[in-house]
Amino acid sequence: MFKSVHEKPGKASDMTVLVNGVEIGAWNGETVASVLLRAPGAGRGSTVSRTPRLPYCQMGVCFECLVIVDGNASMQGCLVPVAPGMRIESQHGPREISK
Amino acid sequence: MKYDVVVIGAGPAGMSAAIRLRKNGSSVAVIDEQHAPGGQIWRGVERNSGPVAEALGTDYRKGAALVQAFRACGADYMPETQVWQIEEGWNLFLTSGGKARRIGARVVLLANGAQERPVPFPGWTLPGVMTVGAAQILLKSGGMLPQGDVWIAGAGPLPLLYAIQLLGLEGRIAGFLDTSRKPGIAALTKLSGAWRDIPGLLKGARWLRDLRKSGKMVRGFHDLHAVGDGRLQYLEWQSAGERRKVKADVLLVHEGVVPRIHETMALGCAHEWNELQNYFTPRLDGWGETSKAGLFVAGDAGGIGGWLAATLSGEIAGLGIAKHLDVSFDAEGERHRAGLDKRLASARALRPFLDALYPPPTASIADEVIVCRCEEVTAAQIRSVAKVSAPDPNAVKAATRCGMGPCQGRQCGYSVQALVAEAHGIPPRDVSFFNIRPPLKPVTLGEIATLGDLEDAS
Repeated sequence: MFKSVHEKPGKASDMTVLVNGVEIGAWNGETVASVLLRAPGAGRGSTVSRTPRLPYCQMGVCFECLVIVDGNASMQGCLVPVAPGMRIESQHGPREISK
Repeated sequence: MKYDVVVIGAGPAGMSAAIRLRKNGSSVAVIDEQHAPGGQIWRGVERNSGPVAEALGTDYRKGAALVQAFRACGADYMPETQVWQIEEGWNLFLTSGGKARRIGARVVLLANGAQERPVPFPGWTLPGVMTVGAAQILLKSGGMLPQGDVWIAGAGPLPLLYAIQLLGLEGRIAGFLDTSRKPGIAALTKLSGAWRDIPGLLKGARWLRDLRKSGKMVRGFHDLHAVGDGRLQYLEWQSAGERRKVKADVLLVHEGVVPRIHETMALGCAHEWNELQNYFTPRLDGWGETSKAGLFVAGDAGGIGGWLAATLSGEIAGLGIAKHLDVSFDAEGERHRAGLDKRLASARALRPFLDALYPPPTASIADEVIVCRCEEVTAAQIRSVAKVSAPDPNAVKAATRCGMGPCQGRQCGYSVQALVAEAHGIPPRDVSFFNIRPPLKPVTLGEIATLGDLEDAS
């Protein structure tokens, strides 16, 4: 859905992160919510009906980017900068008590 | 730790106020949700260079100097930190990195800006639909460009500015659904002489002309639907008695911006209703002080004025706060010498015109549309409760869970207010906002448990 202007053939991304176990390149300055828009099938399931959602506002006010980051659930993906090796997992429904 | 001043928000207003207050020797903490200063307008300004910075324009690049001055001003800067409770007196409860803490302040300045006005329509929760502001943040954050058939639907300066920035980076827009009333989005391009805070408007004029020629500029339509199975695939709208349908991968929507008011609402500050733009603002005196002594507001959080007005109102609030802290401080003299009022009037000169040119949408929300994205409450559910209860959004909230999800009514607040007004046949200004209660942002019991002893607090 989105592609970085920094992405050029033969040029390595700044880092890689794991989205639902699959490696994907990421760029300095990106947030987790930005990665969610590029990784296939990375959306969350809404809390009530489990319908697919993706980030909407990118500025901390819609909570559509809630995601599991390095094992911590219900993180606002748009407020978390990417870091090398970060583990990002889709969150389906509300946070579980153990996460 | 107790500071003279705690500033919430490191955008144009917060940074300007902090710099001003540090000149006076006040101890200042600046709390911000983002990982770097600049606010939404100057996101990534320290990092972006080359073609991206070039495409974002001169106003964007101007932010770098202020961010640099802010970094050097000696304020305690707390990035990636959320404020979830403010107590009069003042105590602020924060979370950062999974831990909570409390800090004290003699004065609090809210410089937490604005958000885009949420306008529900069929399909607005589909993946692929997001705001123009979101797309612009993605551009500033990692140089992200939308791919495939990209449509913009909306009104006001931001969609045009974003479109120009996108085109500067070889991005492509399939079409533009102009929701403004006459004279439409193109009227903006006629302002280039007077309006110096959006360069490139002439470029925009040429682009709009090409768009119109190619038939991809749509005006005078209604009943927009975003349609798709699990993600956006098509847009449909009604135009000249016909149903139109186009392929779409990304739809960017924008219907203006509204101040962030959760904090001042929760603290019980007096508010006023902006008749032209249908939003609440905290009532402020000439220095930005709210109806609560020691609580100040600067920048767009006090009413939409743009980045330049925000820096100036931040400086004015800084002077007002300095006076609040030390009655002998000659705030009036400083204000006069710096020509702040004149510069502020000039920065705001075009705002009444823009506010009148781009009124908020007033179309009734269709019954099947989800209004509360978090709790998935439809307009029909809200209407059915509103009709049989007092004209109060809180009655709707109690009956439907509308506004009780993690966003705490930031997305649905004004829509619920409008639906309640509609059900009772009264103007929206006569309907209150949701009661806003702490925590202002979701916080876990685990985070609260880390508060530990509060010896540092007052």
